[in-house]
Amino acid sequence: MTALPRAAGDKEIPMKNKKDNNFSREHLAYLRKERNKKIVITVSRILILVAILGIWELCAQVKLIDPFITSSPSRVVKTIGDLIKNGTLFYHIGITLGETIAGFAIAVVLGYSIAVLLWASDSAMKILEPYIVVLNSLPKIALGPLIIIWIGTGYTAIIFMTVIVSIIVCIMNSLAGFIAVDRTKLLLMRSMGAGKVTTLRKLIMPASLPALMNTLKVAVGLAWIGSIMGEYIVSKAGLGYLIVYGGQVFKLDLVMTATFILCLLAGGMYGIIAIIEKRFNK
Amino acid sequence: MLKFENITYTYHTKEGETTAVKDLTFTVEDGQFVSVIGPSGCGKTTILSLAAGILAPSSGEVKRGGGEFGYMLQRDALFPWRSVEQNIFLPLEVKKRNTPEMRQKAVALAEKYGLKDFLKKSPNQLSGGMRQRVALIRTLAAEPDMLMLGEPFSALDYQTRLEVCDDVQSIIKGEKKTALLVTHDISEAIALSDKVVVLSARPARVVAEHKIAFGDGSPKKRRECPEFSQTFEILRKELGI
Repeated sequence: MTALPRAAGDKEIPMKNKKDNNFSREHLAYLRKERNKKIVITVSRILILVAILGIWELCAQVKLIDPFITSSPSRVVKTIGDLIKNGTLFYHIGITLGETIAGFAIAVVLGYSIAVLLWASDSAMKILEPYIVVLNSLPKIALGPLIIIWIGTGYTAIIFMTVIVSIIVCIMNSLAGFIAVDRTKLLLMRSMGAGKVTTLRKLIMPASLPALMNTLKVAVGLAWIGSIMGEYIVSKAGLGYLIVYGGQVFKLDLVMTATFILCLLAGGMYGIIAIIEKRFNK
Repeated sequence: MLKFENITYTYHTKEGETTAVKDLTFTVEDGQFVSVIGPSGCGKTTILSLAAGILAPSSGEVKRGGGEFGYMLQRDALFPWRSVEQNIFLPLEVKKRNTPEMRQKAVALAEKYGLKDFLKKSPNQLSGGMRQRVALIRTLAAEPDMLMLGEPFSALDYQTRLEVCDDVQSIIKGEKKTALLVTHDISEAIALSDKVVVLSARPARVVAEHKIAFGDGSPKKRRECPEFSQTFEILRKELGI
């Protein structure tokens, strides 16, 4: 016996691709329309930002709002300049960024590992479920005083806060991803005599990769909440510290500046994870 | 060889217990293609799991002639994150027999059955029929002595189904494998098998056994034989539909 005829439905669909270049007029029009749509979206996005900043600046300039309370884009830029000049800007950014990344990394690795253990043992999952649910709904800031007393007032306290804020979601999301794996595929692994470790490595982990990427996206946002919350409670430096300090001494320029930088950093970190996700889902 | 001897299997759930299979006895000889048919919900999947040793019978004994067995399921369960080739290597990896020789044999098998151009592709680029063929080659890659087929065609549309059905049968016959197929499709069972075992509704018992020998062995030819519709009628009556 040699090659069998191809199975039904296995026709090659002729499709012109970018290399061909000789598209029909209709297809060219379609491509143009798609490109125009993209341009409109990008331009609108930029316009909204420019409008907000412009109106804010204008209102502050003509004293429609009091820039002492609301600050203004020009004052934010000036504050950034001052902070760079006295050399503290990157110090504060570095501290907060370090705390956030450390807390995020610990939460993801530890959370994923705990999820693996819970997946491996059905009874462990059932026994621990109510604890996880309660921990998930507990407002973690309530633990603030305890954390200070137990761990102290250093970076470790803030990293700890970041971890407890984000780890529960890491556990729950990862576990949900593991459990959602197709049962037919699990049966296939079982029929081949695969044990738990093999099933985990060959099936569960790769199959739940999209869920892991989703977990990272949620966890990165929570890590920022954790680190800034931690800095509110106890800190000597960092962007959260700048915000609290600025509020206390009524330097709203400082508050706005720190918030603005926070926006950039959080957006950037989310962007990096989105890029990693795209790479993995290809 | 596979031998079911007075097998009884009972499911336990919180709601109660259900006897899925009762005093079931039948034999699959080496090189034979045996189909087990029964009304839906009669415990066919249980029989397959018992045959594969995934479930242990409540009483009775399943005798296996030794050697490996492979399992082919209703859905192909190909891993989309692996290429076709990597999917075919999966049983080798799981069974820790991932040697260059075994891989080479698996690739040769895939090439022999028309998958040469698809080896590096993602399963998502393949049609349903082609995916089922990959699933069969994956099952064969670990060189099982016996194949267990659990309604492997029922997820396919009718036309693809006829073709894949013939396809799979000729590959299995070509590789001289023993096979046990469970299905609810009477014509599929007649077209493919050397022997058909008819089961009753739950709890499943053997109603009748039929040796099928007409035609030249290919499912296509067999469907064209006049005996085909006669056998179909007999089986239909035995199933009570």
